Amino acid sequence: MSLLLPFLLPIATSLLNVFVKGRLLTGINLASSFALLVLTMQLLFEVATTGSISLVFGNWPVPYGIEFYADGLSALLVVLIALVSAVVMVFMVSWEKISNKPAYFAMMQCLVASAIAVSLAADLFNLYVWFELMLIAVLGLMVIGKGRQQTEAALKYFAVSMVGTLIMLAAIGMIHGAVGHLNFSALSQLAASDDTGNSLSLYGGMLLLAVLLKIGAFPLFAWLPAAYHALPAPMLALVGGLLTKIAVYVLMRISGQVLDYQLYHEALGWLAVITMLSGVLGAAYHWDLRRILSFHIVSQVGFLMLGVALASPAGMTGTAFFLFHNILVKANLFLIAGMVWMTAGHYDLRKIGGLYPAKQLLTIIFLLSALSLVGVPPTSGFWGKLLIIMETFSQERYLWAAAALVTGMLTLYSMSKIWVEGFWKPHPDEPGTITIPVSIYLVMLLLSVIILVMGLVPGPLIDFLQQQQWQPVGVL
Amino acid sequence: MSLILITVISICVTSGILLLLSRDIFRIVMGLAVLSTAANLVVFSGGRPGSLVPAVIEQGSQALAADAASPLPQALVLTAIVIGFALLCFALILAAAVVNQQGNSDVASYQENEPPAPASTPGSAGEKASSDKPSVMEVES
Repeated sequence: MSLLLPFLLPIATSLLNVFVKGRLLTGINLASSFALLVLTMQLLFEVATTGSISLVFGNWPVPYGIEFYADGLSALLVVLIALVSAVVMVFMVSWEKISNKPAYFAMMQCLVASAIAVSLAADLFNLYVWFELMLIAVLGLMVIGKGRQQTEAALKYFAVSMVGTLIMLAAIGMIHGAVGHLNFSALSQLAASDDTGNSLSLYGGMLLLAVLLKIGAFPLFAWLPAAYHALPAPMLALVGGLLTKIAVYVLMRISGQVLDYQLYHEALGWLAVITMLSGVLGAAYHWDLRRILSFHIVSQVGFLMLGVALASPAGMTGTAFFLFHNILVKANLFLIAGMVWMTAGHYDLRKIGGLYPAKQLLTIIFLLSALSLVGVPPTSGFWGKLLIIMETFSQERYLWAAAALVTGMLTLYSMSKIWVEGFWKPHPDEPGTITIPVSIYLVMLLLSVIILVMGLVPGPLIDFLQQQQWQPVGVL
Repeated sequence: MSLILITVISICVTSGILLLLSRDIFRIVMGLAVLSTAANLVVFSGGRPGSLVPAVIEQGSQALAADAASPLPQALVLTAIVIGFALLCFALILAAAVVNQQGNSDVASYQENEPPAPASTPGSAGEKASSDKPSVMEVES
């Protein structure tokens, strides 16, 4: 039951949104988000004390039934999804332009439910279905705005991700046709055996292609900055913080644990290098705040792919740490971008400025998140990067490590661009005088404190992740 | 049976990709619909198609007869068809809305979300395009 509630609750709330409106609507959504946080923490507690939990529907034996599965990694990820969704929910409720549109709440809950279900699914078809739900929810969030920008972005995002899901579906069909199983633990055994290993590696490659498209890996990332552009600020934080990271988590599962082939890791590593560099160069080129942050997503998923490509327990620990850190930092930065837009009146860095004298607290929060994104100690980004780069050195992948370090430097460049242009230089026109609601400051401070604590006391989390077995999932 | 399926799938994939590469928005949506049919057929073909033995376990035995069709891919494909159909409906409405708003069906002319042309110096003439467009919040209110 503790495995089901985390995604049944948001789905129920999403449906409930159809029937209520006004204050009741925001109240129900807020309550549901915080209840979700409690539920997921309970799941994490259960996993931490008793080990991984598995639930198979319909009383079927394990490789045949639809299985949901939680170990330390997925339980932690689910807690973070719930945390980000609660933060975004507070933001949505305190912002009138969003809170009087019930459709945003319904779609947002739907997205949270599917993200949680993807993290808990333990067979490929189940995963595919939840991925589709996630796609539909994001498309819904995009088109609510109804503007030209929104529909166009939704169309582009739809076309690209539809091709991705079709490739995924075809790959799943072929995998089932070849070996007759879709369950993660059954597949990992079949992948290791000599009879079926070769055919599985072919179809698994096709599956990875679909996942890489969802991640936004090179050269399939062009949809990402174009689509995220059209989302309103709090939704941007939710989608930008979660969507690609969930896909990275799926990559960790599939390439790292289920279909564990050396060939995949080699290919992933080089793809990761190109993705990191092209993402960060894109960020260095652009002036629009949302576009810079979107290109940073591309460069950071590249970094995560590098961690997956290392294919060792140490690499996986680093990847997981960096994944968690990145979800928080990215969500926080997108929220800050929303605040910058509200205060300074524009997302374009050339048209804004003067934020440091106007909003000191916002500046401090931005500085902390930006430094964490770059990977400066004592913030959370430092430890994630350190763990991954140390592992690249110990595997003697010096080129990969060099690319990661260069990426870090270029990240510093584009973050200082935001700092100088947005916060330091005086505003070119008359700046607006908007007071940011206290509740929004509170949630951004909460995220910043978590980032700081993760950086100052990384030990417990790293220990917890190292205790994960990084073995094939499931209970077969 | 397999030969027929293979022919149909390859025709679907070919025509789907051909349609997808078009610049017309409705051809693209149709291309996605045809491709999704191809993907569904791929899933379907994994379940021993062509067998005439019903997928029913005889009384007293524990498993299907050896050459019976597997019912699982059929269940999978049913789910996939439903999802694909819903997405197709959504895509058609979306395409109609986009054509209404943009005034034409040529996807190459949809530049709302693309970065502006590179400016030689910041602040010069080249930087207009997307940055001057109404931003998200203004549009939706």
